[in-house]
Amino acid sequence: MRLLITHGRVICPATNVDRVTNLLVENGKIAAYDAESRGDEQIIDASGLIVSPGLIDMHVQLREPGCEEDETIECGTAAALAGGFTSIACIPNTDPPLDSQAGVEFVLHKALRANNCRVFVLACVSKNREGKELAEIGSLVEGGAVGFTDADRPIHNSELLRRALEYCLMFDKPILNHPEVLDLSQGGIMHEGRTSLVLGLAGMPAEAEDVMTGRALRLAEETGGRLHLMNISSGGSVELIRRAKARGVKVTAEVCAPHFCLTDDKLRTFDSNYKVNPPLRPAEHVAACIEGLADGTIDVIASGHAPRASEKKMRELDQAPFGMINLETTLALVITKLIHPGHLDWPTALAKLTINPARALGLNKGTLAVGADADITIIDPQRRWVVDPSRFKSKSSNTPLAGVELQGQAAHVIVGGALKF
Amino acid sequence: MSLDVAEFETVPAAWTRRHLLDLEGLSAEELTCLLDTAAQFKHATDNCKRRLPVLAGRTVANLFFENSTRTRNSFSLAAKRLGADTIEFTSSGSSVSKGETFIDTAKNIEAMNVDALVVRHSAPGTPHLLSNNVACSVVNAGDGPHEHPTQGLLDILTIREHRGTLAGLTVALVGDIAHSRTARSNIWGLKTLGAHVIVCGPATLVSRRWEEFGVEVAYKLDDILPRCDVLNLLRIQFERQYTRPFPSVREYALLYAMDRQRLRRAKDNVLIMAPGPINRGVEITPEVADGPHSVILDQVTNGLAVRMAVLWLVMNV
Repeated sequence: MRLLITHGRVICPATNVDRVTNLLVENGKIAAYDAESRGDEQIIDASGLIVSPGLIDMHVQLREPGCEEDETIECGTAAALAGGFTSIACIPNTDPPLDSQAGVEFVLHKALRANNCRVFVLACVSKNREGKELAEIGSLVEGGAVGFTDADRPIHNSELLRRALEYCLMFDKPILNHPEVLDLSQGGIMHEGRTSLVLGLAGMPAEAEDVMTGRALRLAEETGGRLHLMNISSGGSVELIRRAKARGVKVTAEVCAPHFCLTDDKLRTFDSNYKVNPPLRPAEHVAACIEGLADGTIDVIASGHAPRASEKKMRELDQAPFGMINLETTLALVITKLIHPGHLDWPTALAKLTINPARALGLNKGTLAVGADADITIIDPQRRWVVDPSRFKSKSSNTPLAGVELQGQAAHVIVGGALKF
Repeated sequence: MSLDVAEFETVPAAWTRRHLLDLEGLSAEELTCLLDTAAQFKHATDNCKRRLPVLAGRTVANLFFENSTRTRNSFSLAAKRLGADTIEFTSSGSSVSKGETFIDTAKNIEAMNVDALVVRHSAPGTPHLLSNNVACSVVNAGDGPHEHPTQGLLDILTIREHRGTLAGLTVALVGDIAHSRTARSNIWGLKTLGAHVIVCGPATLVSRRWEEFGVEVAYKLDDILPRCDVLNLLRIQFERQYTRPFPSVREYALLYAMDRQRLRRAKDNVLIMAPGPINRGVEITPEVADGPHSVILDQVTNGLAVRMAVLWLVMNV
């Protein structure tokens, strides 16, 4: 089985490739660059398109088991493919939470059965995601977990966070923490600031994120453990991470799609699709996140895909759950909001969607080196399209972007040499 | 009587809105139109005592998802004074407790051929969301800590009755600004009409950010008292607070309760207002609440006038 991708601009940040070439895939692996047709292979004409290592989204909620009204593994992985992702990592805010080897293997089994994109499991740090006792991290690694997080629940107990960072040194796995001091943000609906003051909506101050970011960085520095900060949204946190990296702390950090393109004044519409955690913040925080992405402080761009059934979102703002779906819009948002305005060039942007998340999770992915798994995303950087949630593969439609025109879309998605989309 | 009704045949040109959702977005002309219309209704109904059936054959539904006695009865009576039929909906014992969403509830009530929905809800923005989902008029009767436009209007109408104008007056809103929809509606309405607004209370309940909107922020009531033409004493909203923002009610009362001693330091013609329900002894002592400076009961009567005006205006655009 041979597949020849011709005349595409191949950009592989992991190997510093950025040139127009023909890429040959054979037996599910990257076989050769500058290949010529032998006449018997399947050909994809990628003229005018960008050929990237398969995109990796390290922050996805698949909701199964337990919350299938929001998303299923089958729908979520189909949405990932449609969005250009060949690999995703799912976080364990399921019911029951993924704190057992059986739970991890269930997700992996269902993902194999769905046969869409690759799925990697982020399992719970603590038993039942309660933030009290460590989950059986050794068994979870045995089951295939690639990292540990209590998902949208911050690891609040400093001693537990320290112990988790230390314990994971044995397995060389990262701890992923959602930085939020709940004492400061409880009851909050949106960023605390000028807009929340006018709207009378309970606020979640930026300090709630910054204080926890600072605490986690200090503990990572002390233990030498691998820390990944999820969901960075505040300028203060970006600055703390920048300084920690300068000191040599082993930390990676991500910004999710809403936080580099939407601001808190959108809540003036009272549309619960803008209710996300961390909350949308004012323009100066968005600018700081973009600056962090540009200077390398922020390693990873993720979707933060958080599907919620419409009957849950069609509630009053205080009743509606947090979350926005982004698997099928993140790539276009990166192109439209980061690459086109000149904040990031293509190789830098793609690094944050390929090799950087692969490294953060220790995955042997994210590269188009000869011999690597042929996970490839072919992107049409020009295609203009209008967001229409009714056509999404995701089971949910909680996005405020309906009707918005974006530029850039995945044209073809190849997983292990097989054309999947 | 027919002559009176004839006076209210067409709404003034300044008014073009089918909903009244907040005061933040209203112009001085619109606010003045609302106040003038309220004054006209008050006069035409002999201080809100007489019927004036300008809404005969129309239906007003009160949708109260949160407790209220004063506002609900005031809207209800205002609608009846104007000859409208009314539907009363309160969330206890309704289908909300069976899991129906508020939009479904509102659409069901609207399907009974309702011309206006008067909505009270604990969540900010609920009337705004409803206005996007129903065809009839929506009037905000208080949405969480966001706005309470008719309360703001009745406060402003009361001040205007006593002082003739708002321009140049100094009005202090005292107490729990953070959780007060009354405060927000007053701030926007008063500022648009040219008053100087001071928000005063414990630092945990009065954000410095109000200065960004041209509002003076003060922590010490005693310092600002001599400058104030109006003191509007807001209720402490214990039910909306996650953590207690001050050490004790006793300490709050020591610092902020309007009592006779404090009143002596105020201007001779100071107006004392309170949106009610009042916590006697916390924000205001009985001597002051019932004293000669108090216009608290005028506020209640003006509430009827304002609500008649609002219902008539939004239902006749």
